[in-house]
Amino acid sequence: MQSDLLSDAISNQRRSEKRRWSVIGILLIVLITSFVLDIATGPSLLNVKEVANALLHLIGFSVEVDPTTKVIVSSLRLPIAIMAVIVGGVLGVGGAEMQTLLNNPMASPYTLGMAAAAGFGAALTLYFGSLGLNANVAVPLGAFVCCMLAAAFLFALATMRHISSGQLILAGIALLFLFQSLLSLVQFVSSPELSQQILFWLFGSLSKASWSNLSIIAGITSVCMFFLIRDAWKLTALRLGEERAKSLGVNVSRLRLKTLFIVALMTATVTSFVGIIGFIGIVAPNIAKMLVGEDQRFFLPLSFLIGAFLLSSASVLSKIIVPGALFPIGIVTAIIGVPFFFWLILGKRR
Amino acid sequence: MLKVNKLNVTLDTLTLAKDMSFSLDPGKVHVIIGPNGTGKSTLLKTLFGDIQPISGEISFLDPLNNNHNLIKRKQISRWREQFGYMPQDIRLDIELSALEVVLLGQLDSLGLRLDDSLIKQALTALEKIGLLHLANRPVNKLSGGQCQMILFAQALMRNPKILMLDEPVSALDLHFQHVLLDHLDTQTKQQGWVTLMVLHDLNLAAQYADNLLVLKNGHVVASGHPSDILTPALVKEVYDVNAEVTKDSYGIPFIRTIRPGFTPQKLILQPQHLQPKRTVCL
Repeated sequence: MQSDLLSDAISNQRRSEKRRWSVIGILLIVLITSFVLDIATGPSLLNVKEVANALLHLIGFSVEVDPTTKVIVSSLRLPIAIMAVIVGGVLGVGGAEMQTLLNNPMASPYTLGMAAAAGFGAALTLYFGSLGLNANVAVPLGAFVCCMLAAAFLFALATMRHISSGQLILAGIALLFLFQSLLSLVQFVSSPELSQQILFWLFGSLSKASWSNLSIIAGITSVCMFFLIRDAWKLTALRLGEERAKSLGVNVSRLRLKTLFIVALMTATVTSFVGIIGFIGIVAPNIAKMLVGEDQRFFLPLSFLIGAFLLSSASVLSKIIVPGALFPIGIVTAIIGVPFFFWLILGKRR
Repeated sequence: MLKVNKLNVTLDTLTLAKDMSFSLDPGKVHVIIGPNGTGKSTLLKTLFGDIQPISGEISFLDPLNNNHNLIKRKQISRWREQFGYMPQDIRLDIELSALEVVLLGQLDSLGLRLDDSLIKQALTALEKIGLLHLANRPVNKLSGGQCQMILFAQALMRNPKILMLDEPVSALDLHFQHVLLDHLDTQTKQQGWVTLMVLHDLNLAAQYADNLLVLKNGHVVASGHPSDILTPALVKEVYDVNAEVTKDSYGIPFIRTIRPGFTPQKLILQPQHLQPKRTVCL
């Protein structure tokens, strides 16, 4: 009788694991769909089947492809579509881990001022005429440096004893305001043309994607994801509370610093290349939590997939809202994100 | 044997341990009692290496291999491996099942795929304290007492040499208080753990402690077997509360505290008409 209950509980556990794997599987299919649609939409609308054929051809299948389609797909649209997936994923994971570390569903690299810092860095670089460097290198570099500076400040706070996660969030929000005013200051003293340029950078755009910057982002992202997944159980334990995590043998301060560094690195990298894209960092992890709970083995990959899907579908929308024109993607994500977020918060009331 | 020698701990300006020395034998349940804010939790945290003492020595002699080791800042993780520690806070605001929370007790053995044997071990831990039926339920939907029991199972999962529990029965009903403490007692004796827990209920302490440590103002003011040291004078000294200490029918001290300002005269001066009348039949 008792052993029946025991094996029931085991099979229940296995079933719930299987369910969560299938959620991840379904999201993967949904993501691939929006990825293909993302490639198909644009100034010249491509046939979805043609796109799929071109993609299959690119990964080594021998399928007949129209040469023009192949060129459009491989050299124009594929880098942008992949960029959308990786950037969205990174923002999702960044938010997920910030929320885990700080034990607060409001935390994300964006709300903690890291994105604003990147924006300020980019604006400053533009203001100083890219310091004589190529703007395509200098601007991301400036954004990256500033973003890491903001992270370093949070980092220094996190190493202090007796600082609670609530205080850390407050400090992050203060940083957000600081960098936003600094950014406004730079815009205020700039010429109208320059101000326009800064504004455009801030909107966020995937169109700067190229195979070379894509490879940097993909490389950094996969290394970071590897280290995060390796700590999956420790991060799960951290959500039980710091004291309890310590009691389970987790070196909390080291884990906190390590994860903060990884998240900062990932966020700074993607933000420096695509600009500020808000909201995914908050929304994606919260959806993931509702779907699979907080076992990081599932929570982490699903946050990535949902973030990737959100940005990828926002990219599709940004191209079809005004046919023939590219709507800034940073604006689209917030516009879809906000009603969705409200639905999420209100739905949780029960 | 866990040994503390001339320990001094202060937090901010508060002295919580003054030249404190004691040693705790394995296979026994040691219970700390004492007034609020006297440093009971701080003492546990210091033993765990979470709070650094100003001076003093904490060491552990493993009875199994006669391995003697001292607490050192540099090797704090190795020191902590010997511990199962259940902090006071019992809130579990996380989307995990009870089973998964218990599994976290074996954090170092968890991989991306969970072993059947590990799951079985966690379920057995739950079964022994009568909570198997909650295994697959999300913990953020459970009651405080249920969470406390689950966290107890988690602490046991660590297979500790030293088990420290900070007010482990604070949210439990009568039934689960005894389930937890009884299980703790049997396991401590079976596995030879050094078990150290903070309790507030003197009667529970009297029933389950093999050794009682009474803390006040940074000193151990009394220690020993409950029936040897629990007296009205001690309760008065430590808590400033009047009490009667009698022996129950099992010979265990029973502490009855008396409300302040209560005088026995009130009992005697009851109105005549409320007293039961006795009629004698001839």
